[in-house]
Amino acid sequence: MKLKSTLENYLFVLPAVAIFAIFYIIPFIWVFQLGLYEWDGILPTKTFVGLGNFREIMQDKIWWQSMLNAGYITMIALTFQNALAFLLAWACDREIRLKNFYRMVFFIPPVLSEVVVGLVWQWILDGNYGLLNNWLIQLGFPNLARNWLSDPKTALTTVAIIHSWKGFGWGFLIFLAGLQTIPKELYESARVDGANAWQSFRKVTIPLMIPVAVLVGILTILGTMQAFVLIIAMTGGGPAYHTQVPVLRILASMRGSSRFGYACAQGISFGVILIVISFIQYRFSRKARQA
Amino acid sequence: MKTSAYYKTKKFTVNTMIHLLLLVVAASCLFPLLWMVSSSLKTQEEIFRNMSLLPAKLHFENYYHAWMEGGFGRYFLNSIFYTASVVIGIIIVSSLAAYGFSRLKFRGSNLLFYMFMAAMMIPIPGSFVPLYILLNKLHLRNTAFGYILAMINVGLSTSIFMLKTFFDKMPKELEDAARIDGCSKLGIWRHVALPLSGPVLAVVVVFNALNVWNEYVLALIIFDSKHLMPLQVALTTFQGEFITRYPLLMAGLTITAIPIIIIYLLMQKYIVKGVTAGAVVG
Repeated sequence: MKLKSTLENYLFVLPAVAIFAIFYIIPFIWVFQLGLYEWDGILPTKTFVGLGNFREIMQDKIWWQSMLNAGYITMIALTFQNALAFLLAWACDREIRLKNFYRMVFFIPPVLSEVVVGLVWQWILDGNYGLLNNWLIQLGFPNLARNWLSDPKTALTTVAIIHSWKGFGWGFLIFLAGLQTIPKELYESARVDGANAWQSFRKVTIPLMIPVAVLVGILTILGTMQAFVLIIAMTGGGPAYHTQVPVLRILASMRGSSRFGYACAQGISFGVILIVISFIQYRFSRKARQA
Repeated sequence: MKTSAYYKTKKFTVNTMIHLLLLVVAASCLFPLLWMVSSSLKTQEEIFRNMSLLPAKLHFENYYHAWMEGGFGRYFLNSIFYTASVVIGIIIVSSLAAYGFSRLKFRGSNLLFYMFMAAMMIPIPGSFVPLYILLNKLHLRNTAFGYILAMINVGLSTSIFMLKTFFDKMPKELEDAARIDGCSKLGIWRHVALPLSGPVLAVVVVFNALNVWNEYVLALIIFDSKHLMPLQVALTTFQGEFITRYPLLMAGLTITAIPIIIIYLLMQKYIVKGVTAGAVVG
């Protein structure tokens, strides 16, 4: 009777555990195995190459270029995108007209797919018939008009800005939720103590928002470093390798050059880098909070 | 001594600046979508010349052509089917598991639960590579079923977390009463726990629906056959094949975006909740 009841309890979690084991744990283990092999994904034979794939990664110039590109996009997201998100959240955290309208509109880009956003902006930024260039010419800046996404000088920055446009709504919502948890009495008592608006912003808002900012920062880094669908839709990684990012390289290793082992090794090295980054930022934030 | 007029002017200036900033950003969020809809209503010749937001004439037939010739009708139905199946699957599987983790006693329940939580935190970039191999081995690649199962797995951890948090806070009295009335565990899950969890189920549904509708890379590698593709993959394929047919592409984009925008407008409250809940997990 007791045994039957326990078995019954297991049945509740069984479907979830089964799906998780097959679609998460098995692939997870395979990544580490396959990373040690050279394999085209079709033939039954795999060649064991040990750490060969990882050694090759160390010298893979395009891979490290793509890492730098993702780092560049992430830096823009961390500074420009998150500063904008915070500024807008701060502006909306008060009795202000149209507050709900703004809140609704700022989260439209995040709910749209990266493909939709990428293709719409690609059309706006088109070198020959795009709206942006048309405006620039009309406004009297014809020499600013260019092929935004196929000019090596502007492609990466353009992609980074569109990425920020798509993503700032997330940070905005989280910052706003954070700002709203600050008790209004704290501002009151700061005012009673003679603090002006700037001082109470510096002494009350900023310290209380540091944990939220760290959270948004970690989410931004993890999200932006791994972003790639927007880039597929906008540039496909070009011109040349100017907008390549790591996950795009992994996809190319798998689909383009049929090197499944190498793709897995790239995935492992990249995953380790991501974990290290978020760990460092977490530690850093704990120090900042204690100080 | 600064006068009150000074403070009034200062406050007015600050407020105007704030409103200006908010309005400009809001316009930047809406304008690309308006441009997309406007472009979808122009003709092939007009789209390269008429740079006004208003088309000379509204060519709604573009939608007909996109739907029929562009194949977006088929892709739209595919997307609907995948989204509905995955969301229903996630609701059943994750609410059963969350109820089990929250209420039922069995060995290793904590360990299993933390395993799901760990999966939420550990990033595996490129996990689509082994998933491709796995589905190949199971003969589930290029099948709707394979894609649906893989996508159920994607939403599982977060959904279990949200539902378990909710069940943990739910009062036990109703369940006790149902048990005394002779209700089985499964019956309690079905008739007591699920009906009570309406609000959190709404968050789970909306979140996973957006996620599946917008999913790209798994669909890209799993499906070879065009007739199985969802909208997102079909859009990039269409763009690659008919690079200059902008009005049809824009109509396809609008067809893809509209359901999401409608769901968002109707369920905004739950999405905001989900974002903040998701942030707490991270």
